[in-house]
Amino acid sequence: MREQQCDYVLKTASERGVRMVRMWFTDVLGNLKSFAISQNELENALNDGMTFDGSSIDGFSRVQESDVLAIPDPDTFQILPLGDKGAAEARVFCDIHNLDGTPFTGDPRQVLRRHVEEARAEGLTFYIAPDIEFFYFSTPQPGERPTPLDNGGYFDLTTRDVTGDLRKQTIRTLEQIGIPVEYSFHEDSPSQQEIDLRHDDALTIADSVMTFRLIVREVAAAHGVYATFMPKPLEGVQGSGMHTHLSLFSGDDNAFYDEHDEYNLSPVAKSFTAGLLRHAAEITAITNPTVNSYKRLVPGFEAPVHLSWARNNRSGLIRVPIPKRGNPLATRLEYRSPDPSCNPYLAFSLMLAAGLKGVREGYELPAEADANLFELDDHALNKLGIGQLPQSLAEALHAMERSELVREALGEHIFEWFLRNKRREWMDYKTHVSQFEIDRYLGTL
Amino acid sequence: MTNVESGTLLVVGDPISPELARTLDLAGRKWVGICASDDPNAIEPEGGWAGAIIDLSADPESGWSIARGLRRSDRDPVRALVLVSGGQLAELSHRDELFDDFCLTPFHPSELEARLDHLLASVGPVATRSEVVMYENLALNLETYQASVSDQPLDLTYMEYELLKFLAQNPGKVFSREMLLSRVWGYDYYGGARTVDVHVRRLRAKLGEEHADLIQTVRSVGYRFGRSRWKA
Repeated sequence: MREQQCDYVLKTASERGVRMVRMWFTDVLGNLKSFAISQNELENALNDGMTFDGSSIDGFSRVQESDVLAIPDPDTFQILPLGDKGAAEARVFCDIHNLDGTPFTGDPRQVLRRHVEEARAEGLTFYIAPDIEFFYFSTPQPGERPTPLDNGGYFDLTTRDVTGDLRKQTIRTLEQIGIPVEYSFHEDSPSQQEIDLRHDDALTIADSVMTFRLIVREVAAAHGVYATFMPKPLEGVQGSGMHTHLSLFSGDDNAFYDEHDEYNLSPVAKSFTAGLLRHAAEITAITNPTVNSYKRLVPGFEAPVHLSWARNNRSGLIRVPIPKRGNPLATRLEYRSPDPSCNPYLAFSLMLAAGLKGVREGYELPAEADANLFELDDHALNKLGIGQLPQSLAEALHAMERSELVREALGEHIFEWFLRNKRREWMDYKTHVSQFEIDRYLGTL
Repeated sequence: MTNVESGTLLVVGDPISPELARTLDLAGRKWVGICASDDPNAIEPEGGWAGAIIDLSADPESGWSIARGLRRSDRDPVRALVLVSGGQLAELSHRDELFDDFCLTPFHPSELEARLDHLLASVGPVATRSEVVMYENLALNLETYQASVSDQPLDLTYMEYELLKFLAQNPGKVFSREMLLSRVWGYDYYGGARTVDVHVRRLRAKLGEEHADLIQTVRSVGYRFGRSRWKA
């Protein structure tokens, strides 16, 4: 199969006159990294990989060996409709290996690949559909507050429809490169957009999220505006999340569906949900990795705060949407805490690991929380046994640090590096004196 | 690896049955046998294989994957005869491009010999199908792997291309997801019928709004390529 794929890639590159092939991979923080090779090098790259010095890539550094090998995944070879028409460019996602050919433990794509393959060995395929939110702003000057392009709200067809055009063109570009879009609309906040991708297997979707973030930014930049996936760029309005719809298939059957259950949820779906709930705090540093992420996870802005699940209550962490026409294939969970600043490979790996731990160990699903949890006080929540997500990056790191599940799922290398890096970020934040403090204390204390 | 003489037949089987070995020996054929999991390229003689006999009765999936390899576009195709049991005839449908002739097992030695003579005697290049598949504005060039719609290139991944090629070569026919999996993915796939659904969605997205309906969903059956002539 790989030989035929490589043959196809080489022939396509030559037929389409591809000058540059961008070799894509992702650092531990979730930034897309790339180096370009010429068409002449492509065959060599497909056969033997390309060596590069990984020491200055975030999370790739090691004590002894700094060289790593990028081996392109030929199934992800795609010509990009960016740049000038005369010189076609293509991208291909790479898996990073050590020089001896073993998977490199600092590569997030290899981490997700390992989880997906372990699940596959048990006959399971993990499908994901993310709903990605982001903001458009006019290109900011350094130090300036972001300025929205419109004041539209949820589902608004704005009159000053700059953002609508941007969104349309973004979707056309995404579809052209094989990323199907299910819905798109103007979200609640000024200039905030949501684009929902159709489900696909976890590895493909993680690749698609990386491509998506690039395409959204590129299209915006081509129109002289700025797109951001920062979780909470504006105070007082909703932030940007990445609600993630999850399902697990066993062959052709949805392992989450049970026609005899009153909620149509199988025992697998229930213990998977229980696993996510029980380990949610531990995986939050990965699904919500910035200081700013926690300014989104507050009451009052449709973001989850409590460790709870419900069918149609959007105040909980996990929602079980009621499928259209009771379609067994559409039974799924919606995990609502992640934000689009996360590394999708690591975030999906941990969602799968937490859920499957629940399944393997037969976790009991707590009762559905159908009340509006934001209206309950701490005492009432305690009585229901409902805890909270971490309130800050520091709390999230504290929970992650003590998690065997996360350590095992990410591997020692990424686990240690991520904690070190994020502790530094927290220290930088902690020592910063903010405008809030100046306004509040300077005159009165 | 020992050098294989030119003019040698490649015989693939798991294992190669004694009857087959005897028939070839009695007919005075030069042949070399491999398992379906082996790589025939590793021992290919200099002037190429004289032809190939692939016994599919034990392990059809690996057998087909060898047949596919022998038909790769960057080499001269090797004439191939496949052996199937009576219960396996369905394996042959929609795979015409992968073999030149077939024989049922258990075979009659003189029939196999006669078919082999005919296979190897035919002169000229292997009859290949038309190199360009056209349907309305869609064109697929099987030689260069390039697809276009209204003369605009469609940039497909390998599996998207293979799926579109298979569908476009069989317009109007309804295929179940299982059928598409076994014919397009071979047996290497994982993930079941949903794999087909997600690839169809990606293809439709790339075909664009105007042409997305070239691949039609046939409810509770599967997919059909081509626009229906009548409005439902």
